[in-house]
This record gives sequence, C-alpha cells and structure tokens, in this order.
Amino acid sequence: MSRDSIKSPAATLASNLNSSTGQTGKPLTITTLVSVGQHPKSGRARVADQDAKALELALSLSAGKGTAAVGKGEAGAGKSQINLIHAGTATAEQQLVLRGYLGMGVGQMRVLKQSDGADVIPVLVDAVRKSGSDVVLTGSRAEAGEGSGMTPYLVAQSLGWPMVPAAVEITAVGSGEFEILQALPRGQRRLLKVRAPFVASIDAAAAEARQTAWAAGQRGALEHMTLSSNDDAVLAEAAVEPARKRPKRIARAKKAKTAADRFKAATAKSASKGGAVLVKESAEEKAEAIYQMLLSQGVLKAR
Amino acid sequence: MLESVIPWLLAGFIAVLVAGMLRRISLWRAGQPQQVNLVAGLMAMPRRYLVDLHHVVDRDKVMSNTHVATAGGFVASMLLIILVHGFGLDSVWLARALLLTTVVMFIGALFVFRRRLNPPSRLSKGPWMRLPKSLLTFAATFFVVSLPAAGVLPDGFGSGVLAFILLAGIVAGLGEMLFGMGWAGPMKHAFAGALHLAFHRRPERFGGGRSTGLKLLDLDTSNGKTLGVAKPTDFKWNQLLGFDACVQCGRCEAMCPAFAAGQPLNPKKLIQDMVVGLAGGTDAKYAGSPYPGKDVGNAKGSPIEVITEGLVSQETLWSCTTCRACVEECPMMIEHVDAIVDMRRFLTLEQGSTPGKGSETLQNLIATDNPNGNDPQSRSWWAADQNIPLMSEKKEADVLFWVSDGAFDMRSQRILRSFVKILKAANVDFAYLGDEERDSGDVARRLGDDATFQSLAKRNIATLKQYKFKRIVTTDPHAFHCLKNEYPDLGGNYEVLHHTRLINELVAGGKIKLDALTTAGTVTYHDPCYLGRYNGEYDAPRDVLKAMGIELAEMERSGFRSRCCGGGGAAPITDIPGERRIADMRMDDIRETGADLVAVGCQQCTAMLEGVVEPRPQVQDIAEMVAAQLVEIEQPASKREVA
Repeated sequence: MSRDSIKSPAATLASNLNSSTGQTGKPLTITTLVSVGQHPKSGRARVADQDAKALELALSLSAGKGTAAVGKGEAGAGKSQINLIHAGTATAEQQLVLRGYLGMGVGQMRVLKQSDGADVIPVLVDAVRKSGSDVVLTGSRAEAGEGSGMTPYLVAQSLGWPMVPAAVEITAVGSGEFEILQALPRGQRRLLKVRAPFVASIDAAAAEARQTAWAAGQRGALEHMTLSSNDDAVLAEAAVEPARKRPKRIARAKKAKTAADRFKAATAKSASKGGAVLVKESAEEKAEAIYQMLLSQGVLKAR
Repeated sequence: MLESVIPWLLAGFIAVLVAGMLRRISLWRAGQPQQVNLVAGLMAMPRRYLVDLHHVVDRDKVMSNTHVATAGGFVASMLLIILVHGFGLDSVWLARALLLTTVVMFIGALFVFRRRLNPPSRLSKGPWMRLPKSLLTFAATFFVVSLPAAGVLPDGFGSGVLAFILLAGIVAGLGEMLFGMGWAGPMKHAFAGALHLAFHRRPERFGGGRSTGLKLLDLDTSNGKTLGVAKPTDFKWNQLLGFDACVQCGRCEAMCPAFAAGQPLNPKKLIQDMVVGLAGGTDAKYAGSPYPGKDVGNAKGSPIEVITEGLVSQETLWSCTTCRACVEECPMMIEHVDAIVDMRRFLTLEQGSTPGKGSETLQNLIATDNPNGNDPQSRSWWAADQNIPLMSEKKEADVLFWVSDGAFDMRSQRILRSFVKILKAANVDFAYLGDEERDSGDVARRLGDDATFQSLAKRNIATLKQYKFKRIVTTDPHAFHCLKNEYPDLGGNYEVLHHTRLINELVAGGKIKLDALTTAGTVTYHDPCYLGRYNGEYDAPRDVLKAMGIELAEMERSGFRSRCCGGGGAAPITDIPGERRIADMRMDDIRETGADLVAVGCQQCTAMLEGVVEPRPQVQDIAEMVAAQLVEIEQPASKREVA
C-alpha cells in the first residue's frame, strides 16, 4: 500500500481547544493537518484548497458556530487554542504558503521538517498523539506529489481511531459526541454520529475557507522541529510520470432521442439492480452475503 | 461704557480661541508622525489659499465671490477691530477702513444668507444654518460700534439700551467667529483649513501639479504596528488635520457615483465620521445627507477605537470606486481616496475581510499573476496571429507595449488587436513582454492588499529592467497609472503613454492617415477616471477623435468632472449593492447627448458600459475607431514593385 510522502507536501492538523469532550469537561482539542498545495493552472505552490477548508471547519467548530449545546454555554469553560501542524520539506517558498494558513486566524503552526521523499505519516501520528487531540481534520487529497488521499486513513489506522471521509460539517453535540455531515455523490448528505477521538477528511463541498489576512500570517509563528525522516520504501520503488486525463464514464442512454434524455441518462442516479436487504438475518448470514458479492464482483478470489 | 468693555471681551475671546486651537492641535498630534516642512508650508500657505484653493472654489462663481467678500471682509475687520477697539488706536482712517471692511463682509454674508434660504441637499444644515446670521450680526454690530471712532457719530453714542443690544451682538459675533473657530463650530474650517493647506500630505498638488499615486505601505510587521488604518490615530497627523478642514459643502457628495447609485457611501459623511473619530463622540450632531440606507445617530467612535467597529461600516469603505471625483471637487483639497484605501488596507491585510470576490481575486493574483486565475502561460495567446516581436527575443525597442489583463478577455482583445494594427501601419518599432508580463497590481492595491501589489510591481520592474525601451504604451489607464505614478516608489521610473497619446502623435506626425468617420452619427467621449482625473489626459483622445472629423457632443459631466463607469477601485469585485448601477447612470449621461456612439479609452469602461442592456449607444475604444479609419499610406517602394 502506498503511503503519503513528503513529496505530496504533507498534511497539517489544527488543534482547537473548546467544547467539552467528556463528562469531565476537558476542553476539546481539534487538530488539522495541512499541506502545501499547487495551483492547477500555474503550478505554483499555494494554500491547498481542501486543507484550508479543513482549517475553516476547525475554526468554526472552535467558535462554536452551530453548536447549540456546546458553543455558547461552554465557551468560557475551556480556552480555545488552535495548533496547526505541517510535515514536509518546508522550503522558504513553502513557508510563505504555510503563513497563508496562519493568516486565517491561527497564532502558530508546528512545522515538522522532513527530508525530501520521506514518509510523513509516522511523524504526523506522533505529533497527533502527543497533542492529545480529540478531532483530527485533513483535506481529502494533496494537490501535489503523490496525492493518494491515504494520509487521513493511515493516520487513523496508526492511532486506532475511526476515520470519516468527505465531511462537510462537524457539530459538537456534547459528551464527546459529534455530528458529522458527510458528502455523498450527487449532492446527497448523510448525518453521522461519531464519538471522539476520530479522524475526518474534508470534502471539496465543505464551506469555503475564510480569507487569509496577510499581516496576521506574517506575525504568526512557524515552530520548526527537525525530526528524523522515515524513508518511504514504496515511493522509492515507484516511477513517477505525468498523470493522463482519463475519459469520464458516461452511462449510455439506450433509446435517447433528445439531448435531455442523454443528459438524464448521464447524470441520473442509476437504479440498483438486484441485491438484497438483509436486516433480520444473523451476522453470519450477512457476512456470507457480502462475501459472495465480493466473489461475484471479482474483488476476492475463491480459496 | 461699551468702549471700555470691548478690549476685555476681545482679549477673553482670543484667549478662549487660542485654548481651543491648542486642544485641536493636540487631537491632530495623536496621529502618526509625518515629516513636513513647517516653515516652507506656512510660507506657501497664503499662495495655496489665494490661488490653488480659489481655483477650485471659483468653479462656482457666485459662491467664490461670496466667500472672497465674507472671508476677506472678516479677516480685515478682525485685524482692524484688534487695532481700533482692542488697542484703542485713535485713528479716524483706521476706523473708516473698518467700516468699509464690515460693509464688504456684510454684503458677502447676505449672499451666504440667500444661499441658506433654500439650501441644496448637499449642504449640511444644523449649525451651518446659523452661520450667515452670525456673520451678519458680527459685521453689523462692529459697523455700528465703530461709527463713533470713525467720527460719523458723536462719542457718546451707544449707551443705555442700545449698548446692551450692541454688547449682545458683539458676544454673539465673537462667539461664533472666535470661540467657534477654536471649539469645533462651523468656523473651525478657517483655522484647520489654513493649516491643512500649509501641511498638506501631497504638496505637489499646489501650483498646478498632480499627485495621485497611492502612498507606499510599510510592510514591516515586526514592530507591532498594525498595517493600514484601524483607529483614527493610525492616520498620519496631517490626514487628521485634513479631515478637520472640511466645510461640509457637499460638493463631493454631489459628484460621488456611489452616493448617486444609492450605495452606502457619502464622502462628506465619511470625512465627518473621521472628525467624530479623531475627537471622540457620536454622529448625532451631523446635519447633512446620510450614507444612503443608513440612519444618522448610530455611529460612535474615539481616537483609539477601531473605525469599522461602530463608526463606519465596512460596506461604506468598499463602495468607493476610487474615481477621485470627490478629491477633484473638494475646495479644501481633502484626500478622501487615500483615507479610504488606508482603511481598506487594514481590512484586507489585518482582518482578511475583503468582501465579494475580493479574496478569490487576491488569491488568483498571488498564484497566477492575473485576477481571474488564468494560466499565466496563456497570457500571450491573444496575439498568436499578430506576429508581435517579443521583448525577450528583441531586447530593445522604441516602444514597449504593455498589454495588461485585457489579454485574457475577448472583448478587450479586439481593442488590443486594433492598436497593434495601428502600430504596424505606422511602422512603430515596438515589442511586448508576452507571458513575462504580470498584472500591474492595480486591483490588489485598490483592494487594500499592498503586499500583493508590491510583490507584483517589484517583479514587473525586475522584468522591465532586462530590456531597453524608450517608452511604455498601454491601452489600460489603470496599468498606465500604476506604471507611471506608483512604480517610481519601488524604483521603476518610466515614460508611460496612454495609447491615445501615441496615436495622436502618429497622426500629428503624419505616420498614419485617417479617413473621416461620417457614418457613426453623434459621438460622445467618456473620460476614464484613471486617464483624466488621475493623469490629466483630456486632450489626446479628443484630438484623435477630431482628426477623424468627429465633432463631439460633450456630456455635461466630462473632462475633470467625468462620472465614473463604476469599474474602478475594484468595485465590480467587491460588488456592494445599491439602488442603481453606476454604469446605468453613466449610460443615461451618454444618452442625454443623443449619442449613437460613445468613444472610450479604457477596457474596463468598455466592459462596464457595454454591460448596460440594449438598446443603448454603441461603445467603442478609440483604438478600434482609429483602426477602422486607417488609410494606407502608399509607400514609394511598394509602388515601384507594382509598376
């Protein structure tokens, strides 16, 4: 399995202390992992879009926006503090970009300096573990480098925490529980209830990130920590070549006479064919059904 | 009896005046330091007042004469009063001179009174309605009081009841004129105005000069200072002084396109709010037109409070198109646009609260060097078929063609192509930067992001440094202004021309010949703000149109009074809602002339005016009109080839 490396310039965590997570009333810590993005047209380093949205989500969660149970009532209980983390080569040019995140209203960022091509997952996991985070937010996929989208999964796996992909809204509902609105294909949404600690990756459909204030970014502190880099064995073996644009899969309309019909066929949600709803069956029966389905789809090979 | 009281009254009022002045000065000194030459400024002040300021006031002849009589009469009277009544100089001729000056002042005050009978909406009411009565009282009282000294009436005159009436008149008159001058009455304008002229932040404006480039912002964030203006004390001290000079005549309000469009901006109210800020208090006493859609009385401020938190709303600051119409019209030469951009700098750089598409535009400028996020490597695509020499290959040319961001816009590309056609027809030795060019930084700067402006400008200057050229020519007045007036602060000094100026030169020099344009019908010309008011280029475009045999049907608001198209100051990006669109109002101005075609010299103006729904007059850039009327000048060489 491939791992996100430095070449996909890392990820960052914004930590935020605010609402209570348990019965003890301990202030909540949110961590956001951010990376250095790449502008799709000019190819220049920039604030990564999804990571900025993750930080925006962290900031509004910290401000208690939309958190009726937590926000206002307990704002005074725990002092909110945001702790951003980035792991990467952190060149001078990249540091200018990182200040863009600070300009969104965070005082400091921990920059975990790594050599080029290193696997950043271990240092990120270590940093998250030490930060005592309850919530870890990341973008869904780095804009540059490997861009495998694996960072949040690997971090969650190492921590042993649940991972929620494609979050668009997170609301603290008290007692360490959070409601996460998850984006599904074709604009659908699903509301999940998750208990902290957890990792969530942010979907591109989340709220736009706030503007970065240049002066605040300049004043913010980049706390550099040079950590030993872990070689990325997978990346070392891989050959990198420019991505090819893959043709989009379009459902073919069988008897489309008009453009409207073709459009509908291409965009409408395809009705599920076959399948079965198993509710009352035992766990074994359900597992068997899933196993058979995976076999039939060729995902698994029969032993 | 009266004669013995007057000296003490005078001394008392003058003492109060001086105390008030010192307090006012201390309010201004709370601002940021700014070097001025005190002596030279004070020496230059009378000339600035009598010549430069008078030129502006003189646009309204009646008011100008009124002011000369009233103010001149008052100043002369006051000096003579101190001599005659204060020091008791026993001179019949001095007293007679005093009679004359009070008469002059009285006549002037009568005209002030007449104007206040049915005042236009732009004038502030409140204490200003009282002023003509105070002026009349002052002049009449001192006329009567001086009659005995002038030998017209016997010395014993003025006793009993009359003495009390005269005493009341003296107190009322001196109260308004001296107490009011020091303690923020309407007469404050005379005191603050005189010093404002002496210590103006842009002394280049006097003596017919022009100073329109925004001041460079010090981007040092390590010294604990906020960038831009958050609180009134963040202004330079002489900016605060300038706000205090306002006479609330409302000429700015009458000219402001945003005010006319019903956007929440009134330049006069803004300056008065700054006065509230520097002195502390509320705007409850303000008696002029409000910001459209906002009630007066809710604004509070103090020198150390953030302006946008209670004194002025952010939308007010973002409504400005930076067209400079207010500055051009202000008889006190107050710099509204500087103040607005200073406050925008705080909002953008410190707070990150640029409205509308501002944030996106700035991000694009940072990441792609153009405001719409186009691929910077596609900047020269418009010229793919134009065969224009690239500076990077040619290294040297007479004229460097600055293309500007119109390169990405298909409508603007028509203007660019037309201009290239003209340049080629005239065999001008020119080249362009192609993909090496970047946005000039104009939009970033008007949005308050001086960091991005300076970054773009420095990189542009570094690019330009590589090549040899005599002049830069551009079809975009905004880039023109930036390159010409704002790059020198960063070390880029160039001779910059607007394309109409170059075309005019080519026509005058016989390099191109133009057919008469007879099919266009009635033609009018819209002066772009950044070409006209910012750079004084009113003649070249008109001369070019004349060369095509066009007799312009001028709009009422043309030349230095031209109304903005609504496209300046990043206003289309911040997009503050109003009741009307500025472009629609400008198109109405154009329709009033009965024009079938409006000639423009700016791609932004073209875009704004063409955005008005049809039916409307056609909109064309002068370059397009000229390109269509080009007559081939027969080359002797080619003639021989044909033969």
